[in-house]
Amino acid sequence: MNSASNWQAFRAVMRRDLMVVMRRRSDILNPLLFILMVVSLFPLAVGPGPDILGRIAAGVIWVAALLSALLGSERLFRDDFLDGSLEQLTLLPQPLALLAAAKVVVHWLLSGLPLVILAPLCALLLKLPLQAWPTLVATLVVGTPILSAVTAIGAALTVSLGRGGALLSLLLLPLFIPLLIFASGAVEASLVGTAAWPQVLLLGGLSLLTLLLAPFAVAAAIRVSVN
Amino acid sequence: MWRWLHPYAKPETVYHLLGRWLPWVAGTATLMLAAGMVWGLAFAPADYQQGDSYRIIFVHVPTAMLSMSLYVGLALSALIGRVWQLKMADWALSAIAPVGLTFTFISLVTGAIWGKPMWGTWWEWDARLTSQLILLFLYIGVLALYHAFSDNRSGAKAAGILAMVGVINIPIIRYSVEWWNTLHQGSTLTVFERPPMANSMLVPLLVSILGFSLLAASLIFQRMRNEILRQELRRPWVKQELAELATQQPAMKEQS
Repeated sequence: MNSASNWQAFRAVMRRDLMVVMRRRSDILNPLLFILMVVSLFPLAVGPGPDILGRIAAGVIWVAALLSALLGSERLFRDDFLDGSLEQLTLLPQPLALLAAAKVVVHWLLSGLPLVILAPLCALLLKLPLQAWPTLVATLVVGTPILSAVTAIGAALTVSLGRGGALLSLLLLPLFIPLLIFASGAVEASLVGTAAWPQVLLLGGLSLLTLLLAPFAVAAAIRVSVN
Repeated sequence: MWRWLHPYAKPETVYHLLGRWLPWVAGTATLMLAAGMVWGLAFAPADYQQGDSYRIIFVHVPTAMLSMSLYVGLALSALIGRVWQLKMADWALSAIAPVGLTFTFISLVTGAIWGKPMWGTWWEWDARLTSQLILLFLYIGVLALYHAFSDNRSGAKAAGILAMVGVINIPIIRYSVEWWNTLHQGSTLTVFERPPMANSMLVPLLVSILGFSLLAASLIFQRMRNEILRQELRRPWVKQELAELATQQPAMKEQS
């Protein structure tokens, strides 16, 4: 029996996960609606003045992104764990880290990418000044992969626990804080007119480092959870 | 090296070794802490700017330093447990984490008490303070994850992975005062240069740092011994040990 190459396995996992999600489309839509809801709560809560809203817009959008990443984290591994297919993945000859990376990519395609597309609408709702829009989108493009990768670590650690929700946010939110600081710092810089690219580049570096290392942590966490 | 280390992977040996060290370490810790506190709080000269309120440095700096080094120790023992699959390293994780959590909490509280007269505020969203708060959350997360598993072994492994991931925060805390221009002052101590501090303040500070380190070590040793006993409860050597203890101290036997 000849086994599939690493790349084939990677694509197979991706295709399967995408297919599972496509058969339950509300899973794609709900996190996006959640973000829109959170974003539209703020003008009602703090008052619709453009000076306040414009200043907090980037922070609000990023906090909404963190919360929606947490919200969507359950579906990363939970179903696979319950029906045993996660255990089958650990038995494959291909490195588990690679397959975990495929799952991270799918998670990003379903939660990070729509967020990037949705960001201009949120920025519009929150009256973010136009000059900061490119920076906001740039931070989301380079930052949301970190969200997906780190969320996957937490989700893999807590998948066998059953009631992981509150614990998961306890584990993950501290790790997201540096991300939040750099991202809102970049948007803040472009709001006051100074260069935002140093922070965006820092975020990009952080993102590459995370994407490189996180799959191994996810794989280790899956092995702990499965056995 | 492995041949030399191998006997120490046996819980019984480690238990007795720690038991032999513990009185010395704890005794020195008591002496050093007493000396450092009395010297620092009563005899060191007052600061020309901050007056007497700077004296909280003798608690704040040691606990803050240890909160970070203990986290590194936590991550290192997690790494050792991961790579060499030593169950002892897993137990060390649960011995170190609560001590580190406590030290982080003390450093935050003393920092707030120091901040009120100096900066006029209990809390400021400054880089060093925020990253220390994240460290506190990380400790809480590691402990929460450890206790969430009903099986200690999986709990220690999961918590170990989290501890290793969180170690990215340590350089951020360490260099936050240099990277960002913030309210918190720069490091008090530097390794390669002479710190800009008079000897009359520096020496008691070093003494109390040593005292707090030894205190942390003795707390961890005792916790580690307890953990070894708890995990090995069904082994013959533990039963023998407990039987010996009971004959030595009849009073304890009656109580239990």
